Amino acid sequence: MAISQEPVDTSTPSESMEGSEILRVEDLHTSFFLPIGELQAVRGVSFTLKRGQSLGIVGESGSGKTVLARSIMGLTLAKHVEISGKAFFNGRDLLTLSRREMRSLWGTEIAMIFQDPMTSLNPMVKIGRQVIEHLRQHKNVDRREAKQIALDLLNEVRIPEAESRIDRLPHELSGGMRQRVSIASALACEPSLLFADEPTTALDVTVQHQILNLLSREQRQRNMTMVLVTHDLGVIAGRTDETLVMYAGKVVEQAPTAEIFDNTQHPYTEALMRSIPRTSQPSHTPLAAITGRPPVATHLPKGCAFSPRCPYVQPRCHEEDPSLVSIGTSEHKAACWYPVGSDANREAFERNLSDRLPQTLAVAEALDADQGSETSADVPDGELT
Amino acid sequence: MQKMIVGRLTRLVVTVLVVSFVTFVGVNVLPGDPVNALIPIDAQQDREFVEQIREEWGLNDPMVVRYGRWLGDAVQGDLGRSLVTGQPVTDEITHRLPITLELMAVAVGFSLLIAVPLGAFSGYREGRRSDRLVSGLAQAGLSLPVFVTGLILIYVFALRLQWFPAVGWNRLSDGLGPNLKSVALPALSLAVTEIAVYTRVLRSDMIATLKENYILSARAKGLTDRFVLFRHGLRPSLLTLVTVVGLNIGFLIGGSLVIEYLFAIPGLGKRLFSAIQQRDFMMVQAITVLITVFYVIVNTATDLVYMVVDPRIRRTN
Amino acid sequence: MSESSVRPSGQTSGAPFETSSGRLRPGGRAWTRSTARAFQGAVGKMPWLTKICFLWLILVILAAALADLIPGLADPNYQGFVFGDGKTNEGPTASHWLGTDNVSRDILARLIYGARVSLIFAFSLVAAGIIIGGTLGSIAGYFRGPLETFLMALVDTWLSFPALIGLVFVTTMLGMRNLLVLVLVGSIFVWPSYTRIARATALSVSGQDFVTAARAIGTSRRQILVREIFPNVLPAMLAYSLVGLPVLIILESTLSFLGLGVEIPTASWGGMINQARQDLLINIWPAVWPAAMLFMTVYSFNNLADWVRKQAAARSAAI
Repeated sequence: MAISQEPVDTSTPSESMEGSEILRVEDLHTSFFLPIGELQAVRGVSFTLKRGQSLGIVGESGSGKTVLARSIMGLTLAKHVEISGKAFFNGRDLLTLSRREMRSLWGTEIAMIFQDPMTSLNPMVKIGRQVIEHLRQHKNVDRREAKQIALDLLNEVRIPEAESRIDRLPHELSGGMRQRVSIASALACEPSLLFADEPTTALDVTVQHQILNLLSREQRQRNMTMVLVTHDLGVIAGRTDETLVMYAGKVVEQAPTAEIFDNTQHPYTEALMRSIPRTSQPSHTPLAAITGRPPVATHLPKGCAFSPRCPYVQPRCHEEDPSLVSIGTSEHKAACWYPVGSDANREAFERNLSDRLPQTLAVAEALDADQGSETSADVPDGELT
Repeated sequence: MQKMIVGRLTRLVVTVLVVSFVTFVGVNVLPGDPVNALIPIDAQQDREFVEQIREEWGLNDPMVVRYGRWLGDAVQGDLGRSLVTGQPVTDEITHRLPITLELMAVAVGFSLLIAVPLGAFSGYREGRRSDRLVSGLAQAGLSLPVFVTGLILIYVFALRLQWFPAVGWNRLSDGLGPNLKSVALPALSLAVTEIAVYTRVLRSDMIATLKENYILSARAKGLTDRFVLFRHGLRPSLLTLVTVVGLNIGFLIGGSLVIEYLFAIPGLGKRLFSAIQQRDFMMVQAITVLITVFYVIVNTATDLVYMVVDPRIRRTN
Repeated sequence: MSESSVRPSGQTSGAPFETSSGRLRPGGRAWTRSTARAFQGAVGKMPWLTKICFLWLILVILAAALADLIPGLADPNYQGFVFGDGKTNEGPTASHWLGTDNVSRDILARLIYGARVSLIFAFSLVAAGIIIGGTLGSIAGYFRGPLETFLMALVDTWLSFPALIGLVFVTTMLGMRNLLVLVLVGSIFVWPSYTRIARATALSVSGQDFVTAARAIGTSRRQILVREIFPNVLPAMLAYSLVGLPVLIILESTLSFLGLGVEIPTASWGGMINQARQDLLINIWPAVWPAAMLFMTVYSFNNLADWVRKQAAARSAAI
């Protein structure tokens, strides 16, 4: 794939690249054994990523997206954890590797950017050192050379006056600048796979945009594979090739990102979509929140986990858990008995409306408001205001 | 920052004034006449002679006047003369102070040497068998009074094995070997409690630090466990330890008094002890004030070090 | 539960905020009862070592309290060899279970009467600390103002003076040293740390809703202090006392060791060790027994305090 200098927003899907498979996750389960019972955080997730591809994993907090990323990476989450399934990275199953073997991959092959740059940098270590310390340990680079590399990296992530900031401590930098430092640090050993776990959630809205663009640019230029974990569909719009929507530890919808926005299938995805703030809406338009709460992972409902909150819920949803199946194209999969846009879905909606189901009424209300402000359900462009 | 330093220094001066005054009052209000220290018992019946001595030492002036006089002299470095020996108090202090300081310094140094790796390791292995062992030992160490530790060490290493002298002191000028031999057991006695305190503090701080996000992100960079532990984990935790070392200096001063008594070491603590028994008020007054000054200075210094070193604290100011 | 912990008496009970804030006010009889129940359950959950420590403490406290009633226990000050019916430095015998010291007194009896001195000293000082420090600290933390500034400056100054030195100083000067004098002198040195803790707790309690609520319905400030602040300050001080007890026991034994504790021949652990240390090579046991007693008692208090702290931490984590 050619290095693109175009503005990131007008992304092109990168199907054209040669793309050999880099990561294949098969039926991954992660459970925590707590005093109150087994907490199934991830319940059978599978996906494949090609070199240079980017994947967005979207879901509310508690949907298992962060646990999924950390499980693949092998970062210990807590004491009583059980992970099963397979996660092949360049043909090697990460879940079978020893700690020592994993450590040789961390930083060099697989890197991670964390949510909160305020806490993910050591407050007592100079930023220059934090950017290259693992480079020195992994690759035996001498001190002066390492400093030059750190400087280049800080410049690359657009930290102004990198020369003088290299010896500063993290608290002397703003949140956005710190996240740039984290990115520089993640890139130092030129990893082929990068996990970005809610990289902008803790930042100001204006800064979020810059950081996401920086990430996308680096990902393209370096032909790096990136997994972007977020609760915000707006973040991945136009930035990732593929999207995985997670709910209660399961993938409920999976498709190329543009397809997800154009042809939403799962009611949960639709609900997430509705909760993206849009520039086209007049300000003070209330956001459509999703009714109810995400389920407690120790006490999952029978049938479809989303059924208690779904505006289209039918008796069948309470009994049988739908599996992830191709809908329309083979690339688009969803796990729903009544996918959005189908006739069955419309009927279900009418039926629930006449039964005055609270979540259905809430959706109907939001739809009315939407029509009032004359907006079509256009694809959000990732612009957050 | 500057305001902070000025504030601390003011507090230091006020504390010293208050403590010296309270000591002065205490010396004069509590039973026991300073004259008894000055003259032999048989001469105390001679009223005229006693009166003469009182006049000579200015004991008949009001207390506030005497305190003012003492303070004026003290500011100029004159702490008066011992009521018992007649020698200038400062001479005796400069003679004995190095002994006590050496004892405390060796104890603290030795304690840190043991406690830092022990506490770090214990925190790193929280809940494991090795951590439980270390924590259990620390709890036991904390439960041993200094004089019991000292007696055990004397019995085993001095009386039975005869590796070290049981009592007495060899100054550094007598040679490094004899000096180290005489400091070993007393310092170790003081160190046992210190090690226990430091280890516990460092362990719990380490456990908290290791839960920080930056430890996770350091590990995610593939750094070795040891590097993460010492480079990223230990440094923030050490700051707490520095404060605790400072705060614990009060215990150390009390402990060295006991240890000097037990090991018959001619340090400041032992001198204070004998001065109190002899009613040598000038000496008591001087040593007490000196101890307070030392204690407050150490605490002020640790606070300042803490403020300078810890960026998180500096930021909030 | 939150309903029942609201105290039935008092003019505040009609306030609309009452039930919602009830949980925050552990004062009153219901609290005492639930604590007793929780206490029973807690002992069962202790790890074995803590259980042993707990039993040991009960044993020591009972023995010290009932020393005069223990049948067959020797007079701790009876020097048999003076009257020709005892030997010095004797090993364990049927009449002297732990042997005799270098002036032929019964070691076991002296240990038990020594426990009395240690425990009375420690518990009285804790009580003094709670009463003096609790009152001053609550007042400072609730009323604030110049009084608080002055009190806290005093506390800071006081704390920068090593207590052991002060105790040595005062006890030597006094010449007369019975237990009452020691306790009175000791309380001069324990109140500052208690004041500091009480003030910090009172400060945080003053900000709670139930205090605001009480004030809103016109409860007088003094009543709030007595009914709302002090009952909430008490638990913090009790927790601190558990940590303070072993320290005070060590303090008493150290004073006795230096010859500045209760006057001889009254038995005390530190005094016994001091007396025995001259003859360590002849007979080590008169030193070993009181040292072991001292260690085990202090260790038991420390272990128990650690356990209580862990429980409290676990409970606040669960909430």
